[in-house]
Amino acid sequence: MKKIISGNEAIALGFTDGGGVFASGYPGTPSTETLEEVARLGEVYCEWAANEKVALEAAIGGSIAGGRSLATMKHVGVNVAADPLMTLTYTGVNAGLILMVADDPGMHSSQNEQDSRHYARFAKIPMLDPADSQDAYDMVRTAFEISEQFDTPVMLRTTTRISHAKGVVVPREKITPQVGEWVKDVPKYVMLPNFGKIKHVEVEARLLKLQEYAETTPLNRVEMGDTELGIITSGVSYQHVREAFPNASVLKLGLVHPLPERKIREFAGSVKRLMVVEEMDAIFEEQIRAMGIAVEIGKNRLPLCGEINADLIRAALGDPVAEAAAPVEGLPQRPPVFCPSCAHRGLFTILSKLKTFVSGDIGCYTLGALPPMGAMHSVIDMGASISAAHGMARVNAIAGRDEKPVAVIGDSTFFHSGMTGLLSLAFNGGNALVIIMDNRATGMTGGQENPGTGKTLQGNPTRQVDMVPLVKALGIDNVVELNTYDLAATEAAIRKGLETPGPYVLIDRNPCVLRYKIRKPAMTVDQDKCTGCRACLKVACMALGLTASGEKPKVQVDPNVCNGCGVCRQMCKFDAMHEIEGENNANL
Amino acid sequence: MPIFNIVIAGVGGQGVLMASKVLAESALAGGLDVKQNEVHGMAQRGGSVISFVRMGEKVASPVVMPGTADLLISFEPLEALRYLHYLKPGGRLVYNQVSINPSTVAAGLAVYPDDVEEQIAAACDNALGVDALAIAREAGNGKAVNMVMVGTVLKDLPVTEEVITEVVKQVSKEKGVEVNLRALAGGAAA
Repeated sequence: MKKIISGNEAIALGFTDGGGVFASGYPGTPSTETLEEVARLGEVYCEWAANEKVALEAAIGGSIAGGRSLATMKHVGVNVAADPLMTLTYTGVNAGLILMVADDPGMHSSQNEQDSRHYARFAKIPMLDPADSQDAYDMVRTAFEISEQFDTPVMLRTTTRISHAKGVVVPREKITPQVGEWVKDVPKYVMLPNFGKIKHVEVEARLLKLQEYAETTPLNRVEMGDTELGIITSGVSYQHVREAFPNASVLKLGLVHPLPERKIREFAGSVKRLMVVEEMDAIFEEQIRAMGIAVEIGKNRLPLCGEINADLIRAALGDPVAEAAAPVEGLPQRPPVFCPSCAHRGLFTILSKLKTFVSGDIGCYTLGALPPMGAMHSVIDMGASISAAHGMARVNAIAGRDEKPVAVIGDSTFFHSGMTGLLSLAFNGGNALVIIMDNRATGMTGGQENPGTGKTLQGNPTRQVDMVPLVKALGIDNVVELNTYDLAATEAAIRKGLETPGPYVLIDRNPCVLRYKIRKPAMTVDQDKCTGCRACLKVACMALGLTASGEKPKVQVDPNVCNGCGVCRQMCKFDAMHEIEGENNANL
Repeated sequence: MPIFNIVIAGVGGQGVLMASKVLAESALAGGLDVKQNEVHGMAQRGGSVISFVRMGEKVASPVVMPGTADLLISFEPLEALRYLHYLKPGGRLVYNQVSINPSTVAAGLAVYPDDVEEQIAAACDNALGVDALAIAREAGNGKAVNMVMVGTVLKDLPVTEEVITEVVKQVSKEKGVEVNLRALAGGAAA
């Protein structure tokens, strides 16, 4: 039956309908909903791994044991998983193995804008690039077939506008999952140098066979129209091309690595002007130019940064675009903020006050870098907060500066790759204050389970790791619990941690209010006591606002938004704030 | 039939995505092709959210271009102003008049303009402001603002009211069906 689903949901359904047996991944926008949907469908085993490397390694194990397997992650996750990927390309697979990677052109929710097609070339493996939800659904099955036919992992790449765009999907007949033989094959799976050398030759031979396949597969489809203009494209760019030029001739690449040289040559020869439309890097264009084929319009007219759209494509050809009024300028920005009563608010209020250098990490707490907090000064990648802080402290010591850096990291990120940084910090006698915000949720991506939440992706109860003994076991003696809702205590704890030489870990164990649906009575402001000093506004809460303009506007609380954490009350020297008795926030 | 482009704007947590789902499902139920797309992730709470719904015989791109929206539905006045340039000339704007402070305003770093509605009226002669919160509360739940907003555009859509009402029934939680239907009707009467 027809249904409207996102690209991520389509991949999950394609996996469940396509004989999938095992799936593992790490949450990361825009890939996250894929495994969540596999879990919701409830037919195939799936799990969150501690990080992307672990997820891919587990999927490799699943494939070797004979089950069709899937690993999911976002583009930056592939950097973490690159190590097993580059050897997986040598071993090949037993049952089909798909690495789903979601790129984020336009950086809607990412720290960089990398193009994963490079990884397919780097790893010398096939990559499929679906153009809508139906394509995504169908390509999962095809990817399993290619994987098994050519003994190779297959990358299935999406972008934000595929992963999160919803379109109509007609599901196909379901394949009953079957687990094949668990084969012991030492030369295939043990990558000692002698076996690896043989495998590299096989990898190159496989790529040639895949090139032949690329020439004939319907994944790469020519849609001949007006021969004045021919466009080579793939993924969501195909849709933008169709929108911009419904009558143009198009070579839609579904298999984007390796490229079908003969097909491209034939297509280029059949049109007067050749255009290559691809988001981010000039990967097709460079390869096509290297074939000796002239590309008239490509990255000379289209951007390397951000998303492509139909107007950009029209404009690249000098065609008129729809006239739109200019956006209204000077409006207040509306950046995302800590939720009302989020435990991070108290911490960053104090860190902002102390003006100490904060080495940050990837998660909700990254918002602590935004005004008015401005209390996070570097964010590099998952787990880097602790290791970077260590490096800073070492160089500070060499320079004779005595400032001790603070690292802030969440629980999921700590389990992902913060643990190894902390181990290294302890091992090397480093000097940093590490604050672990253990809210028992992978908050930024929607509150997914992790090794600290006590539940698996499929909702089963499981062991819940205890953060304090874990941190001690990594070699940290000073481990102190923290309550960030208590500003005075938080400030005292941070000062103590900064004054004590050597590694020092503070752990806040207040849960994510959004994930655990925590409700508290709202606050209100006594307008007679409020002096309009605005000290409370430093906590950057959506629930606070100034009264309509007057000589000196006073602060008021929106009871529909406030969740009564009382952090703002602690900023008030005039005792103007108190709880509304018996009233609960309805809007969180 | 040309493609009908809808842009829905609001603040994270207001139910923009649920409203988008109702419109998209209604298009499918009404026999049209449809694509829906939004940007979320970091904008989960309190941030500016924008969603596109495109319906027609065959829809290619999931993205609505500025200057091409037939309909802009905004759950908040400032967000209506922010995305007004998506409307095509003569396009219809319906917006909720209940404002929500951005964090920058709450922190005293920016000022919420006190003439948002005047600016909207000056820039768009096909605009309607409604107090969606009051209508939602009257329907039984302040959270039903999203269904009120769908109600306000019932007559503008290339799908029948019967189809949309049926979809609202299907996607609502059992407890919320009656409230949502009242909110839909309240929006339609606004």
